[in-house]
Amino acid sequence: MAGNKGRGRAAFTFNVEAVGFSRGEKLPDVVLKPPPPFPDTDYKPAPLKTGESEDYVLALKQELRETMKRMPYFIETPEENQDIERYSKRYMKVYKEEWIPDWRRLPRELMPRKKCKKAGPNSKQAKDRGKGTPLINPSDVLKKIEELEKQGDGEKSDEENEEKEGSKDKSKEGDDADDEDGAAEQEDYDEEEQEEENDYINSYFEDGDDFGADSDDNMDEATY
Amino acid sequence: MTQAEIKLCSLLLQEHFGEIVEKIGVHLIRTGSQPLKVIAHDTGTSLDQVKKALCVLIQHNLVIYQVHKRGVVEYEAQCSRVLQMLRYPRYIYTTKTLYSDPGELIVEELLLNGKLTMSAVVKKVADRLTETMEDGKTMDYAEVSNTFARLADTHFVQRCPLVPTTDNSDPGPPPPAPTLVINEKDMYLVPKLSLIGKGKRRRSSDEDAAGEPKAKRPKHTTDNKEPIPDDGIYWQANLDRFHQHFRDQAIVSAVANRMDQTSSEIVRTMLRMSEITTPSGAPFTQPLSSNEIFRSLPVGYNISKQVLDQYLTLLADDPLEFVGKSGDSGGGMYVKDLHKALASLATATLESVVQERFGSRCARIFRLVLQKKHLEQKQVEDFAMIPAKEAKDMLYKMLSENFISLQEIPKTPDHAPSRTFYLYTVNILSAARMLLHRCYKSIANLIERRQFETKENKRLLEKSQRVEAIIASMQATGAEEAQLQEIEEMITAPERQQLETLKRNVNKLDASEIQVDETIFLLESYIESTMKRL
Repeated sequence: MAGNKGRGRAAFTFNVEAVGFSRGEKLPDVVLKPPPPFPDTDYKPAPLKTGESEDYVLALKQELRETMKRMPYFIETPEENQDIERYSKRYMKVYKEEWIPDWRRLPRELMPRKKCKKAGPNSKQAKDRGKGTPLINPSDVLKKIEELEKQGDGEKSDEENEEKEGSKDKSKEGDDADDEDGAAEQEDYDEEEQEEENDYINSYFEDGDDFGADSDDNMDEATY
Repeated sequence: MTQAEIKLCSLLLQEHFGEIVEKIGVHLIRTGSQPLKVIAHDTGTSLDQVKKALCVLIQHNLVIYQVHKRGVVEYEAQCSRVLQMLRYPRYIYTTKTLYSDPGELIVEELLLNGKLTMSAVVKKVADRLTETMEDGKTMDYAEVSNTFARLADTHFVQRCPLVPTTDNSDPGPPPPAPTLVINEKDMYLVPKLSLIGKGKRRRSSDEDAAGEPKAKRPKHTTDNKEPIPDDGIYWQANLDRFHQHFRDQAIVSAVANRMDQTSSEIVRTMLRMSEITTPSGAPFTQPLSSNEIFRSLPVGYNISKQVLDQYLTLLADDPLEFVGKSGDSGGGMYVKDLHKALASLATATLESVVQERFGSRCARIFRLVLQKKHLEQKQVEDFAMIPAKEAKDMLYKMLSENFISLQEIPKTPDHAPSRTFYLYTVNILSAARMLLHRCYKSIANLIERRQFETKENKRLLEKSQRVEAIIASMQATGAEEAQLQEIEEMITAPERQQLETLKRNVNKLDASEIQVDETIFLLESYIESTMKRL
């Protein structure tokens, strides 16, 4: 407000009468509360359209809603076990037909990886790990160290490198842990490759198990 | 995405696909496109469930995926597509009116399943139709696939983008996700299928009762044929085409209301003629000469060429300009200005909302401002012929509800109120947006209320369902009337009353949802068509 003239009306820079208040009339109080959740309506709503087609669409809608619940696409949340088994529950169960998606149309990563569960996923994974990691890792490390030495960046880079390795290992571990608990998965397609491709994401978005430790490391790094 | 839209999407997803899908879907709508692992991490859902949910969403065309560099697949939700789930009953009903029962069921199956192969649709539909028929009668596959072909001809169903066939000789690892290709030429091409057979009843007892030898059946059906003839060719409902149909119907009925039945029939003919030639998003139809229109009028319509010309001139002269004249050749060339038609429909919707919310005198002011474009406050009071004080009150009320906007034009650069013009105007686009937003909100409220009502009475509903099931099974076994009566009395009179109230309330809420969606459709099409012009 421009100026503090302090004499009631004069606090406004415009003619109050223009907004519909006659001279000497009291201005309404300032409203300080939110509007009511169910404000009074001045006019009653018009009635809904009714007719044969409206009724039919209504029936269709309700039927569609019920059918949708019985489709295989409706994923129910797994219920927690109830102490008492209700007799009525048995009748409530709906039997859904199975739905097999056309995997040719979907990204490969969406395939559930279930098949080797019976074949002992742990042993297979252990083998994989035994084969895979030692072969890849040392050579990688050596290469990296060599590169870094060429750059001639002394101790610092070495330390950094170590740090990187450390975090990489950690993320790898995290990976494996993840794979194990998701042992329902893993199938024919190449695990190693997938990991290489997604390396970046894995190490950044692992489910937060060792997030605290990592961030600590980063803190240390930041101090020197 | 506004909060109201997200809320509505969440409710719709939850109702159609359950809570897990809802969680993933809403997360995607909020955050935009994201890779799988990030979704799982951010939503705190197990990877398995995220995968399942994504499969469901992709199946229903609600999520699309894209391969990014480094082979990361990102998923993106289609918010506007999710909102169209509201309209599913209307799509189905429309096909029923156009193509009767087989058409209805075809579109219903496609909407329920997202996408399906033609053979699967035909089989399902034939089975369902057979079940509703009397004993001994069956639905022929051929009839259903004929309807399907007609639906494809009129573009109501279309092919989904295809996975290109790759030769296996390709070395190197397969891509992380298939790239889907749209083949414009084949979009509506129905694969040549020899679908022979009839719909089956689900119960084998029915078959026995029908007295047909069992061994004969399987030969007819495609069940045990290993290679499916149209494997990989999926179909979906073409919602844009449905929208085009809705829009045309809205225009036709508007013309009928404004002028008369005959003129609406002429407009309908014009629209039908340009249905296939004009793309659904075009602002104008192709110009049509009056001779062409005359030839295409429905056979039973007995109006002379002269009368038709008079009608066309009348339609072109109407201030709402449902039909525009584009030239004089060929007895006069006429176009249908679709954008303008949508604009007048949207404006009419706004006007009627103002009238129902604020009364007819406010509606008068609103129409006045609409007509005169810009008006000063004093002018509004004078032109509307409403006492100054009341007029101000109404004007401010509409201003505060954002139906009317205020434009300041300062005479001096300091914007001093005493030296500024204040012009009131109606910005139709922004008012339509505001109203659309409100519609989303009210539908969300309606759904929530409905869910609340059902939840409150859950126990009662379950009981009545159980009783009904018992009665049905007893009737099947041939129980006596007295026994049935006894079971029916398990639901007490007050309970029955409560159930009836519930049913009435739910019906009302559902009907309101459907009808609010009609307004949503109008406003959405108007906004979309305006945005295309800008």
